[in-house]
Amino acid sequence: MSGIVTPTQAALSPGFVEPVLDAQAAFRATLAALSHPGRIEELTLRLNPPAGVDAATAAACLTLLDGDTPVWLAPHAAADGAAAWIAFHTGAPVVSVAGKAAFAVMLDAASLPALEDFDWGSDEEPQRGATLIVQVPDLNAQGGWSLRGPGIATRAVLRIDGLPDSFLAARRAMSGAFPRGLDILFASGARLAALPRTTILEA
Amino acid sequence: MTAGPSNATVDEGYNFAFLDEQTKRMLRRAILKAVAIPGHQIPFGSREMPLSYGWGTGGIQITAAVIGPADTLKVIDQGADDTTNAVSIRSFFRRMTGVATTERTPDATIVQTRHRIPETKLVEGQILVYQVPIPEPLRWLEPRESETRKMHALAEYGAMHVKLFEDIVRFGRIETAYDYPVMVNGRYLMRPSPIPKFDNPKMDQMPALQLFGAGREKRIYAVPPYTAVKSLDFEDYPFQIEKWDQPCALCGADDTFLDEIITDDKGGRMFVCSDTDHCEQRRAAGHRGTGAPQSYVAAVEGGE
Repeated sequence: MSGIVTPTQAALSPGFVEPVLDAQAAFRATLAALSHPGRIEELTLRLNPPAGVDAATAAACLTLLDGDTPVWLAPHAAADGAAAWIAFHTGAPVVSVAGKAAFAVMLDAASLPALEDFDWGSDEEPQRGATLIVQVPDLNAQGGWSLRGPGIATRAVLRIDGLPDSFLAARRAMSGAFPRGLDILFASGARLAALPRTTILEA
Repeated sequence: MTAGPSNATVDEGYNFAFLDEQTKRMLRRAILKAVAIPGHQIPFGSREMPLSYGWGTGGIQITAAVIGPADTLKVIDQGADDTTNAVSIRSFFRRMTGVATTERTPDATIVQTRHRIPETKLVEGQILVYQVPIPEPLRWLEPRESETRKMHALAEYGAMHVKLFEDIVRFGRIETAYDYPVMVNGRYLMRPSPIPKFDNPKMDQMPALQLFGAGREKRIYAVPPYTAVKSLDFEDYPFQIEKWDQPCALCGADDTFLDEIITDDKGGRMFVCSDTDHCEQRRAAGHRGTGAPQSYVAAVEGGE
């Protein structure tokens, strides 16, 4: 059998070691993070993604993306090996317009586009609102924003490093559009935290 | 390559948890959106399962998408671990995943349920998976999906209040006893599945994650932990749960949902906990009821 040889094959690092069980474990960590906004989940997977892509970012892509999910890659991610890696391992069609993507992957939090650039879904189909996977330099459970909303018993605290200064105001403005909105996964190293659209941020 | 944990009882030739990975990803994406929009129904591509629609295929598909080798699964049907549906689903997942199963609520990480919430309080980290026959709370009031979708978009739920009000006019009280409509996070009207309204207060601010799957109707929805779930009512007709004038005949509990059991053909009856695990835990702890006929007690104790 000859197999299909792609030009980038030699440079590609592998995906999940155990595709079935690793995807399940990564999904449960993502589900826990989204069910408890602000809580930092640690992935314990062996994963060797390309340079510039953190393990948690890579795991989220492998777990959630496939041929059914148009993905938008920030120019930074599209330029280097990350784009080829994501395309090969997930098969997700890459779109060039952020507003047409179900998922968006950003490796450089500082250059996060305006939230309005993405699809927030409609009042009838708010589930079409995009999921952003944003890689950040660090996540910290102390000294950050105060979070409340579904999934949070009283208060949660989350500090997300590396986001543009405009993010807080833009994210708070988005709450007024509920049920339309964006759900954001923040990845840093092997750690993952989430801000679903229901979470209310207080400085 | 074997995907499942090494366990002699796992059937060979199937992917872990039966479903293929593409289907699991589709389900997982729907589950995440459901958690992000509490109470909103997410359409999904429901698959043919090896049992017919109406027997818990929605719940099974959700469980298959979330379950992993480290989980312990409990399945109940109307509160009981030992009825046909519960036994079959438990056995299905044992064969397809090799995961541990249990009848004890505190030991389970995933509880799949048909029509009850366990009496034992669920804790953070547990996942409660409901089997849902009809997910749309407005369906009997408005048969057109295009219209109910608009009603949810606009949070236009007056029709449901009118329905409950008409109950009060005709019967003097709200007649709905199960599948009692709730508002989730103050935004979405939701069917809690046909649980007795006795269980509705347990959904409010529950520390466990609640996932709902309707296989035939192809909808998934969710209530995240610590989320407000309010049963609809009126200021002058507040929501009330069922009460019984006697405790459980077997364990003496006076704060549980009771089933009526016919004990003979002379009109004999007793009321016992619908949650079999909770009742057994209480009896193991020394609690005893006094209402069971002697013949029944002898048969049960003889059998043990």
